[in-house]
Amino acid sequence: MLVHVDPDRCCGAGQCVLAAPEVFDQREDDGTVLLLDANPPAALVREVADAVAACPGGAIRLEEDPPR
Amino acid sequence: MATAVPTTHPAPRGTCPFAPPPAYQQARQDEPVSRVALWDGSPSWLVTRHQDARDLLADPRLSADATRPGFPFLSAAARHIGAGKASFIRMDDPEHHRLRRMLTGDFTIRRTAALRPAIQQVADDLFTTMTTGRTGADLVAEFALPLPSLVICLLLGVPYRDHEFFQRCSRTLLRRDSPIEQVVTAQQELTDYLDALTDRKRTEPDDAILSRLVARGELTTEEIGAMGRLLLIAGHETTANMTALSVLALLQHPDQLAHLRAHPEATPAAVEELLRWLSIVQSGVTRVAVEDIEIGGVLIRAGEGVICQLNTANRDEDRYPDGDALDLTRDTRRHLAFGFGVHQCLGQPLARLELEIALDTVLRRLPGLRLAVPFEEIRFRHEMTVYGIDSLPVTW
Repeated sequence: MLVHVDPDRCCGAGQCVLAAPEVFDQREDDGTVLLLDANPPAALVREVADAVAACPGGAIRLEEDPPR
Repeated sequence: MATAVPTTHPAPRGTCPFAPPPAYQQARQDEPVSRVALWDGSPSWLVTRHQDARDLLADPRLSADATRPGFPFLSAAARHIGAGKASFIRMDDPEHHRLRRMLTGDFTIRRTAALRPAIQQVADDLFTTMTTGRTGADLVAEFALPLPSLVICLLLGVPYRDHEFFQRCSRTLLRRDSPIEQVVTAQQELTDYLDALTDRKRTEPDDAILSRLVARGELTTEEIGAMGRLLLIAGHETTANMTALSVLALLQHPDQLAHLRAHPEATPAAVEELLRWLSIVQSGVTRVAVEDIEIGGVLIRAGEGVICQLNTANRDEDRYPDGDALDLTRDTRRHLAFGFGVHQCLGQPLARLELEIALDTVLRRLPGLRLAVPFEEIRFRHEMTVYGIDSLPVTW
């Protein structure tokens, strides 16, 4: 699972941090998204999907693992 | 189908004062994107379903800018305020984004969590004053309202001693039926007050938000004043009303109250359900289309007004089975109590923390809490943009 964030679309509402704190944080200065883990373990897929759905700015995108 | 369509906004509530207007609940089933007539007879679209409201609030083809033609004003007061100096909630990106970002650092999850001891202290002090040597009090006047007011004053750098003044102004501005001359006066007084306070921060800075906005050197006094006005009003009216209505709702649902008393660790989840079930921004969220939008089989044309009705969306059975039931154990994800899209409530981490602390403090320290008057005597604020109650007489 690969996670992409677009800080330009982030409105700093912090929903991703509530949904998946292992994967997302907020920058100290302006509260925008800070990706802690761009390739989180599969066990967190529900939390990350939740963060994608909860993001009010549509700033998070989830890409499935590329085929090997 | 036509019989079920609501024709006005606002519409009256039914027998349950906690439930959204029955006409809107019906509209959600029969005609989820429907036409309503506003107070001045002008038309608007009313969006009552969860998915539609969510999609539209995130859609950049809808504008939050109240100066655009066709913007739906829900009262004469709202129209007057809309014509004045806007804060960023009445702007679109990129300007909205630029201004909001000056504040997002102050309301991160981490920054807010660090306020917990300070907020708990405020709650404990108010609580002690309210309860010492007494067996009853008005929970609104002595706890639910002063708690968030004190906290937002602290964060903004506004002297709390002025609370009667700014609480009166914000009540006038949030009333749908305020006489227009009162709205004009309240808006002007609050603007003058915050402009003067902002100017004072230039010579007597502190480390609170207004001072730091001044220190950035990017904003005029007028712009900072508009931000201050937004934060001050949004920062206390909403949480105060949520706190009071939450306590009342729990007292009216003894099974849910018992659950929460038995599981205090579930307070954050309870707060989410109360946010969903009460959805106190009863006015809904107003927008105007800047391009044609097709939704729910309806074509909303550019220049037409849209009201996203949060309280019916949050009880949509498609998203929340048995949505009219208060169930503190349910899955509340995606509720729209704080809105959605890039304008979603900036202060929501603070609101959640204040509500959690307020509920926990009241329930933990008052095991015998009950209403001091019959439920029927509680007056609900139907005339306010933000729903609430005037007073909550309780005993313990």
